[in-house]
Amino acid sequence: MSVQTWTFLIVGLSFTLYLYIAYRSRAGSTSEFYVSGSTVHPVHNGMATAADWMSAASFISMAGLISFMGRDGGVYLMGWTGGYVLLALLLAPYLRKFGKFTVPNFVGDRYYSQTARLVAVVCALAVSFTYVAGQMRGVGIVFSRFLEVPVNTGVIIGTGVVFFYAVLGGMKGITYTQVAQYCVLIFAYMVPAIFIALMMTGNPIPQLGFGGTLADGSGVHLLDKLDGLGAELGFAAYTSGVRPVLDVAAITMALMVGTAGLPHVIVRFYTVPSVAAARSSAFWALLFIALLYTTAPAIAAFARTNLLETVKDAPYSEVPSWFKNWEKTGLLKFTDKNGDGRIQYYNDKNTDPDFLARATAAGWQGNELTIDRDIIVLANPEIARLPNWVVGLVAAGALAAALSTAAGLLLVISTAFAHDFVKCAVKKDITEKGELLCARIAAGAAVIIAAYFGINPPGFVGEVVAFAFGLAAASLFPAIIMGVFQKRMNREGAVAGMIVGVVFTATYIIWFKFVHPERNHAAHWWFGISPEGIGSIGMVLNVVVAQIVSRFTPPPPADVQDIVDRVRIPRELRKH
Amino acid sequence: MATPEKVRAHWRANLRLLAVLLAIWAFVSFGCAIFFADFLDRFRIGGFKLGFWMAHQGAMYVFLALIAAYVWRMNYLDRKYDVHED
Repeated sequence: MSVQTWTFLIVGLSFTLYLYIAYRSRAGSTSEFYVSGSTVHPVHNGMATAADWMSAASFISMAGLISFMGRDGGVYLMGWTGGYVLLALLLAPYLRKFGKFTVPNFVGDRYYSQTARLVAVVCALAVSFTYVAGQMRGVGIVFSRFLEVPVNTGVIIGTGVVFFYAVLGGMKGITYTQVAQYCVLIFAYMVPAIFIALMMTGNPIPQLGFGGTLADGSGVHLLDKLDGLGAELGFAAYTSGVRPVLDVAAITMALMVGTAGLPHVIVRFYTVPSVAAARSSAFWALLFIALLYTTAPAIAAFARTNLLETVKDAPYSEVPSWFKNWEKTGLLKFTDKNGDGRIQYYNDKNTDPDFLARATAAGWQGNELTIDRDIIVLANPEIARLPNWVVGLVAAGALAAALSTAAGLLLVISTAFAHDFVKCAVKKDITEKGELLCARIAAGAAVIIAAYFGINPPGFVGEVVAFAFGLAAASLFPAIIMGVFQKRMNREGAVAGMIVGVVFTATYIIWFKFVHPERNHAAHWWFGISPEGIGSIGMVLNVVVAQIVSRFTPPPPADVQDIVDRVRIPRELRKH
Repeated sequence: MATPEKVRAHWRANLRLLAVLLAIWAFVSFGCAIFFADFLDRFRIGGFKLGFWMAHQGAMYVFLALIAAYVWRMNYLDRKYDVHED
């Protein structure tokens, strides 16, 4: 069977499965719609959290990013997993004990303030919309590359599926489809990785294989070979860092704290039955995530070695067929600058005189090949000449990753609107049925807006991802932590902290990404910290401002202090 | 019976545990994998330079172990101070 038939078959089967599960687990009450009735088993919740969290970016883009960044790519690996330590230790058990449905819910009640609630609602909505647009775009790209339908049709099909199960099933439907989607995506990620690890190093475990020796009998370690290949072409050694360490640390911190502050991840911990279950579910979530995240750097190293060996000074007439296939999509571009009919892929920004002399002597006149990072995962099965069904599987996996994240985000948008905005701020006497209808309409509207952004993507999707993490890091995360760990923290302190954190972070990012993109390099950054890492400074500012303001304003009322006492221990104590 | 003294002792024990686990978290991720990575790269395990391995693999395994230790220890503390769920 051809690649396309296989892809249609596997994607079609997986979609049928998701719809069937959603139909079997539709929601009947607001509690089921928002938090699946808080009855989800911790292991299931761990899988659902993993699928919720791992987006099109994790599945499609991350290994590619790492293979072009080398050791510095660790910022994504550590940033996007280290946040779970913070989540498990500092947030999940306490928010679960607090109960209720959402993050703005906690912020509003803990800081006895509608202003605090609204700031949290705005942050939750901003973060979620930013994210969801990227997911829909990912869906469109997968459809157009593998099923050869236009991007717009792909977005509409994907939207239809999400619409059906998010609007009908709410959190209950989403949870069990996400469990299925995790299984699909992890299988799709691991199969090619294991095949390639076996082929290149003779070791079926990718995590071990990329530290092993090459299977060609040379006895050379794969990573040494990769460093050597890179050096020949003027790239920095793959296994060493080039970014300033302070910036690397700031980005890692911002991603960690941002991860722990993302509303669609936090809300998953409201769905388990107990505090103990919330803790263990964070463990399962990280275990399921780490399976993919420890495989990604192996894929990155394998793919880069493969790629450099294939294209290094290769005659263009003899390139393998996958090269031509991806050229058609525009994600791979070759221009023969010196007209010798061979591919010169090298670092033409390298200013080392020895290297320049070597490049001139060889007649190189600039880098001739541009490679889109997203190719690395998507083209991997073709580069390694794996069977056609593996290619179809990767397409289904990428769709599972994008759809599961999109659904989780849509739910946050609909609960933030129906519960935190309508029920708690506008119409307090709304009936349960009315609220549920309101949540469904909000989810439906959000899906349509997301589809619009998927079809007409704003040019800045990539740029605004820094926003999502920066905002979450500088606003929600510190407000929740101080709410639990500092009983004296009051309304004035928390609101002032959130506003200062958000305004500072947003201004810095907008300044360098949109107002003066030409100045966006280390010479102009404050303390050498890039816009991607500035969320960590925003977080520190938030905390400092909150401490100072709370010192000079009255302490929180006694009933709020009781809330703090209550969330700190697992058992429900009766008041006399 | 969860007396106020036990509740306070439970919270103090919780904070001590968090301090230890978060110190390890920070040391491994920011220390081993970022600030001291160049130094650790002088040592090797198999084909990996140690600093590189920490950044691309080791830190994630430590994160997982930290959460496991937290879950196990907190369940113990909840029972010890009699504040566990029924």
